[in-house]
Amino acid sequence: MGAGHAHALYVHEHSLVHHLPPQVKVASAIAFVIIVATTPREDVWAFVAYGAAIGSVALFSRIELRFVLVRMLGILPFIAFASLLPFVASGEQVDVFGVAMSRSGLWAAWNVVAKASLGAATSIVLAATTEVPDILAGLNKLKVPALFTSIAGFMVRYLELMVEEIGRMRVAMASRGYDPRWIWQARPIAASTGALFIRSYERGERVYDAMLARGYTGEMPDLRRRDPSRRDWVVGSLLPASALIVALLARVIT
Amino acid sequence: MTAALEAHALEFRYPDGRMALDGVELVVDRGHRVALLGPNGAGKTTLALHLNGILRGSGSVVIGGLELNDENLAEIRRRVGLVFQDANDQLFMPTVAEDVAFGPANLGIDGDLLDRRVEEALGRVDAMALAPRPPHHLSGGEKRSAAIATALAMEPQVLVLDEPTSGLDPQGRRELAETLRTLDVTMLVITHDLPFALALCEKSVIMDDGRVVAEGPTKEVLDNENLLRRHRLEMPFGFRAGSSPG
Repeated sequence: MGAGHAHALYVHEHSLVHHLPPQVKVASAIAFVIIVATTPREDVWAFVAYGAAIGSVALFSRIELRFVLVRMLGILPFIAFASLLPFVASGEQVDVFGVAMSRSGLWAAWNVVAKASLGAATSIVLAATTEVPDILAGLNKLKVPALFTSIAGFMVRYLELMVEEIGRMRVAMASRGYDPRWIWQARPIAASTGALFIRSYERGERVYDAMLARGYTGEMPDLRRRDPSRRDWVVGSLLPASALIVALLARVIT
Repeated sequence: MTAALEAHALEFRYPDGRMALDGVELVVDRGHRVALLGPNGAGKTTLALHLNGILRGSGSVVIGGLELNDENLAEIRRRVGLVFQDANDQLFMPTVAEDVAFGPANLGIDGDLLDRRVEEALGRVDAMALAPRPPHHLSGGEKRSAAIATALAMEPQVLVLDEPTSGLDPQGRRELAETLRTLDVTMLVITHDLPFALALCEKSVIMDDGRVVAEGPTKEVLDNENLLRRHRLEMPFGFRAGSSPG
């Protein structure tokens, strides 16, 4: 089984952050991202401080900064979109290296880039220190309905099988002389997507039978029981708490 | 002595009208290993799904003296461990240990007792090392062992295995037979793999067209070439039940 499986984002380490109960980490990450998202874009230095904060969590978790930065390339589409804003937005124009740009457009671009980067970095650090099943268990403990977390769990479990199935269908098509490369050749792909849906649907039924056979009554048993201690919550609150202090300071100063 | 498993006058029709079970009569004595043989579409898997009430037709299913009904469905499912044909259908949790724990946890077992159940079940199929691994990274044989452990963790009275050798290489097949032979539990083994049935089961039952058409000691059943041929079964080329090691 090739790379790209569900744990590609996880870095196996034994840091304090890795060992925190998942619900603490999930709650901490969500709180941090909310504070970042609600900080006014003009508080530039606050964003720098946030970056330093999430960067130190990464270092503390023994994750290489390079690992985080490479995965942050995923937000490039947002950055590409944001980079258009200074040219298309209206209002007061300023001169940047001889090019006329909109002041509000520049601010908007900065806003998108700063918040998207910090949000992405946070989720990368969370994913690097917490395995997917743990994240789902954490969400469960934070009262996210079990229906959602079960669906996400099954998706993670069966995604690889589906990818393999797609691979086999592709081979079957190619073996019969069909190797689609262009969009107008998409019809058989659409048809095979239908076949894939049916297969997945049937597998869903079989998995459900297997669950019933072992006494499933509609509720997933809670197998990752680890109740966080007060200390865990204190450690977990360090990141959002320091972000909150930064945000408040920024409000007072500017 | 009550039989471990009894099915009487079991009938089931699929929603499309096809008769899948047409009056199945089957008795498996306690402690026995019985092979359930038959061509594709004979109704073997459908029968297996009736034995713990996942499918419900007319007729009766009795497990260890307890007749299956709405009230005791949970107890029947505990008593019958079903191992599905595709281990990927059976292993749906993030790790093998959690998968093995799924059944007993549904029975309300938790804490140290649950951990012990998991260790014990994995130990019985010699698969302790698989506990922390995600199922999609296991080999075919390892998946099969893990799947059997998930059923054993319920401490069933009857283990029903659906095509347990499918997808296994010859060595995997032999190891599976060795493992199953060490388990002290009544077994119903659905299979097309006649030498496997001969190696593992003292008794065999042939099903065709939704009913039991023959039963007897495995050696005798497999020696009856006419009987096998009538039901689209045959020993692999060069094999004879009488001369094969049983």
